Amino acid sequence: MSRTDVETAGVGERPQPPRQPAARPSRPRPPLSREVVETRILGVLKWVTIAFFVIATIFPFYYMVMLSIRSIEDVALDPGALWPPRGISLAAFGEVLRSVDDGGQGFLTFLRNSALIAFTSVVVTLVVSILGAYAIARLEFFGRRQVHFLFLAVYLFPAILLAIPLFVFFTRIGLRGSLFGLILVYTSQIVPVTIHMLRNYFETVPESLEEAAALDGASRLTTIRKVALPLAMPAIMATSLFVFMIAWNEFLFALLFLVENRENWTVSLGLSQLAGSIEVAKTTLMAGSVILTIPIIVLFFATERLLVEGLTAGAEKG
Amino acid sequence: MREGPVVGAEEGPGDRTKAGDDRTRAAAGGKGPRPRRRGRTLAQQEARAGLTMLSPTLIVVLAMVVVPILWTIIISFQSLRLRNLRTRLFDFSFTFDNFQTVLTSAGFLEALKVTLIYSIVGTFLSIGLGLVAALVVRKPFKGRTLVRASMLLPYVAPVVAVTFVWQIMLNPELGVINAIGADWLGWKEPVAFLEQQSGTLSIFGFDLGVPTALIIVILYQAWRYFPFSFLFILARLQALPGELDEAARVDGATPLQRFWRITLPQLQGVIALLTVLRFIWTFNEFDDIYLLTQGGAGTEVVSVRVFRYLTGRGDIGAAAALSLVLALLLVVLLFLYFRFFVGRVEEADAI
Repeated sequence: MSRTDVETAGVGERPQPPRQPAARPSRPRPPLSREVVETRILGVLKWVTIAFFVIATIFPFYYMVMLSIRSIEDVALDPGALWPPRGISLAAFGEVLRSVDDGGQGFLTFLRNSALIAFTSVVVTLVVSILGAYAIARLEFFGRRQVHFLFLAVYLFPAILLAIPLFVFFTRIGLRGSLFGLILVYTSQIVPVTIHMLRNYFETVPESLEEAAALDGASRLTTIRKVALPLAMPAIMATSLFVFMIAWNEFLFALLFLVENRENWTVSLGLSQLAGSIEVAKTTLMAGSVILTIPIIVLFFATERLLVEGLTAGAEKG
Repeated sequence: MREGPVVGAEEGPGDRTKAGDDRTRAAAGGKGPRPRRRGRTLAQQEARAGLTMLSPTLIVVLAMVVVPILWTIIISFQSLRLRNLRTRLFDFSFTFDNFQTVLTSAGFLEALKVTLIYSIVGTFLSIGLGLVAALVVRKPFKGRTLVRASMLLPYVAPVVAVTFVWQIMLNPELGVINAIGADWLGWKEPVAFLEQQSGTLSIFGFDLGVPTALIIVILYQAWRYFPFSFLFILARLQALPGELDEAARVDGATPLQRFWRITLPQLQGVIALLTVLRFIWTFNEFDDIYLLTQGGAGTEVVSVRVFRYLTGRGDIGAAAALSLVLALLLVVLLFLYFRFFVGRVEEADAI
């Protein structure tokens, strides 16, 4: 923005008569004050910018879908086409989804693995972090405040640093290649964040309801189950979605742990391995990308508001 | 400060002294609605319950995060390789060879430089884009929800899928970018964006040498991660009190003046937080670069190098040493940031 220096230079001087916005429409032609010029220019710029962002964010996904339904010969002939010119073909999807025995890439198995890993990670992470978050939000115990910083400090370390000893450890005990080991790793990496999200929410839920339940003789676990959990449902849903997306999208640990065992590949891993072989057409690769992306996009659009509110809870405070 | 459900209900807020606690605890133990275990105060019970409930978290994080970090330190002093894993794992004859290997190896300084450029420019760009995006969708308009959702797509979509789309878009033979460049912009030959270490960019007749692949990787990272900043800045923007802006408007401040003088200062906190978070994550980034270029064409960041040591050469010790160097460097950079930058901001605020 080249206008900034002009702007800051003029800030000190105040326009002499404080203009009344309400009085403006009565004047037939308002003089082109800076206010008017800026408002008009910014009004146009705003829409240009919105269009730019929408195109920049949506186009790659549109392109992905478009390539997945074109034949590779067609793409080679006319790479610049922005819509599928010669009809659509779903052959690439067939190839990706068919099992290896039928000459396909076996993505159905990968889908099953990814779903299994993602769902189990959600359940395990939720159980662990609901208990932990409730404890940190509600109960007084030694180290309650410190524990929080410890968890967040974990995020200073690169994932690749953690990957090394875990790789060694799982190789040594023979769990490398199993889905179980991967789920444990995901849970441990996500729990610090989900505890943070849930704790923030638990703290906004009024305590008096739980107190009433406790007075009526409910045990602590009953209180959590019958009172705190229903009240915290929005946050729990948002957290589940968050965990699901991370577990579904994850790549590095899946690559390190599962690569030698094709039966257990996730969709992300399967797709990345597919890209390595030369005989696989780019359109097939795009069909695989579409299959990998669709569950996430559907989930995201179905729950966008919930997710956004859950993720940024507490951010308003600055 | 919470004292737990029962105590809080029975006592007035002003009465929370130590003695008061004991009294209610005794009362709760004696004729409470539920028989309490003998000989334990409510505070002790609560502490026990708290730790019990937190223990699954503690165990998981301890076993899968804290112990591995400490173990990495040990491994970095061992001469451990993939092929001697079985025999050498518990051989604790410590050596500095790993550090010497990784610090003096060819390309280490280059990787460090690339990592710094990538994370500084990437952080700056992704926050900048996020700020602009948040400002344009700040006020309600028709279709705003859809626009906002579309802006979050790059961030929520699977990394493997989006890197592959970028690869194909930028492909010299099949990619749409080169096709557009050839058809509309008169490019004479296709540009291999992700394989070209340095290219020449002609602007107004000047030929500039540019690190093509690195620039693309940085642009990609800005594209993929601006939604994160966008989300947080937008949340903050919408929570800002309108009075200040309104007052400035009545006083005749133009929209740009209001942005620089009123809005931006109020976003300082969230932007500072985002700077730290994004810098940490970009600095440690692995997936995106590995999937886009495998660290080729001048885009090898340190974390990709760690991965190469680990899987390519099977040199576990060196990989651990290099990842520790990466982590230490990050700590130093963060320390400098907080010491010199944040300190100054706070001083400026005080004045």
